[in-house]
Amino acid sequence: MSVPATGAATAGEPAVGSAGWVERHGLSAVETCRLAQRELARRDERFFSLEADLGDFGGFAFRDEFPDRYLDFGIAEASLVGAAAGLALAGKIPLVNTFASFALMRACEQVRLDLCYHRANAKIFGSFAGLQAGFSGPTHHAIEDLAVARGLPNLTVIAPADAVAAYHATLAAGACSGPVYVRLAMDATSQVYGEQCPFEIGKGIVLRPGSDLTLVAAGLAVVAEALAAAELLAGEGVDARVIDLHTLKPLDRELLERAAAETGLVVTVEEHSRCGGLGGAVAEALGEDCPVPMRLLGIPDAYCEQVAPHAEHLRRYGIDAAGIAVAAREALARKEA
Amino acid sequence: MAAESPGAHVGGSMSAVEILTVLFFDGVLRVDPRQPRMEGRDYFIFSKGHASAALYAALAERGFFAVAELESYKKMGSRLAGHSLKSIPGVELATGSLGHGLAVGNGLALAGKHDRLAYRVFVVLGDGECQEGSVWEAAMTAAHYRLDNVVAIVDRNGVQEDGPTEEIMALEPFAAKWRAFNWEVREVDGHDLAALSAALHEVPFSPGRPSLLIARTVKGKGVSFAENTSAWHYGKLSPAEKARALADLDAGRRHWGRR
Repeated sequence: MSVPATGAATAGEPAVGSAGWVERHGLSAVETCRLAQRELARRDERFFSLEADLGDFGGFAFRDEFPDRYLDFGIAEASLVGAAAGLALAGKIPLVNTFASFALMRACEQVRLDLCYHRANAKIFGSFAGLQAGFSGPTHHAIEDLAVARGLPNLTVIAPADAVAAYHATLAAGACSGPVYVRLAMDATSQVYGEQCPFEIGKGIVLRPGSDLTLVAAGLAVVAEALAAAELLAGEGVDARVIDLHTLKPLDRELLERAAAETGLVVTVEEHSRCGGLGGAVAEALGEDCPVPMRLLGIPDAYCEQVAPHAEHLRRYGIDAAGIAVAAREALARKEA
Repeated sequence: MAAESPGAHVGGSMSAVEILTVLFFDGVLRVDPRQPRMEGRDYFIFSKGHASAALYAALAERGFFAVAELESYKKMGSRLAGHSLKSIPGVELATGSLGHGLAVGNGLALAGKHDRLAYRVFVVLGDGECQEGSVWEAAMTAAHYRLDNVVAIVDRNGVQEDGPTEEIMALEPFAAKWRAFNWEVREVDGHDLAALSAALHEVPFSPGRPSLLIARTVKGKGVSFAENTSAWHYGKLSPAEKARALADLDAGRRHWGRR
């Protein structure tokens, strides 16, 4: 990637972290995350990059710039995560990069005890989340990672919506204290944010006002699809609010309760199992003090064995714009019946 | 601690007593009980966290907290849980789930190497613990990064919860395995204070390589009825057993005193 190194925009060059910058360089969310990691490392020498033989997914630039702060553990995630905890206990800030299918699940207990219980200041970046590894089969899909992550005390859980948000989420993860999981993918098509992305951990973002129902989405692809679904619904006279709930933990209950109270119907959208992810989080929160009818859109409780491009997976599971619009319309009709 | 509490891991605690004694009372570990988080200290990770009775006794006797607090072991409201909490002074890493300590030790050692600090990382492992694959991932990592500031000590008492290690899941040839992973290995009698001391004062055994000390020990050492048996891997001593155990230990002390 020949991308400008730091924040200052030069003549004709869009500001780093903006939609124009992402577009100019054709950056995916993983790539903007990697650029943000290098930016963190430039600012603060406590940052290390840790890999498990997947550094070729954008990690080599960090290695070239900071060779003494780049550590590859080979194909050994327990060693990777354990060492991340040790580095953090010694005052470093490890940035742990691997596929989402391995990041929390392969070495789950090391994440649970060594990182989360000790509040180790380590950041985990899982790429190819959801069904992004569309052709690769169930071994490389990560449809359970949010459920695992949500169950771990002390862990902050973030799923940015596009490459712009991924850049700002990475900087925010680096700036906060304690363990963080950032859910990513190579997806370069989602465009949600423009020149600004008001990213703040724990604060959902209302992308579109609306009063008939609320679409709550988190993560790459589906937030953009939810926005497109709202456009489709608008064409039929349905006024859908859209919330990017990029932080699953801690959850922005206030924003959710307001949306539920004001619109009376909540549809969640995630590229994750319908068990234990975004839908579960929102249902748990609203069920206590502000119960409203809900629809939980996501992947059924089953492994996905179909070989297909990512867009086809989204269509099949009804989490593309058309599928979301259909589900929202049905839910609205049932509510009004 | 094994009599007044709901029970303790008697066997693995007793086998590790001399190892802990030499680490904490013979000038091996550069730690200061008055400043448990002192900059530049050696890090100590007791990876076989189930043997917490021995660890807590060593920490208390060394002054990390009051010896009287040992009486609260596993009692309601105590911080002395069966497997160590992270908040106990002198505990760098909460352990108990086996196979974690060495990998975390590597991270501490990597940070020390990066910052050119002289501290060492000492990790005590159980032998049964070495059946965990994560131990060997970490063994590979320590050798790969030439972490000669990592010292692992295996309490090779030969017995695990279900029986002898060689019957449950054979570890031998144990030293050869570590050598094949490119560690510098030494073996000593793990109840011989002088031998332990000599070895642990000579780390690293080889510059540029992590050090492994296999301490050949007896599970339940010093308590006649608990020695070399998995029956006392975990248990609660009855008043009669407590009396017998204390008499055994007293006899042992008199024996050692004569030497």
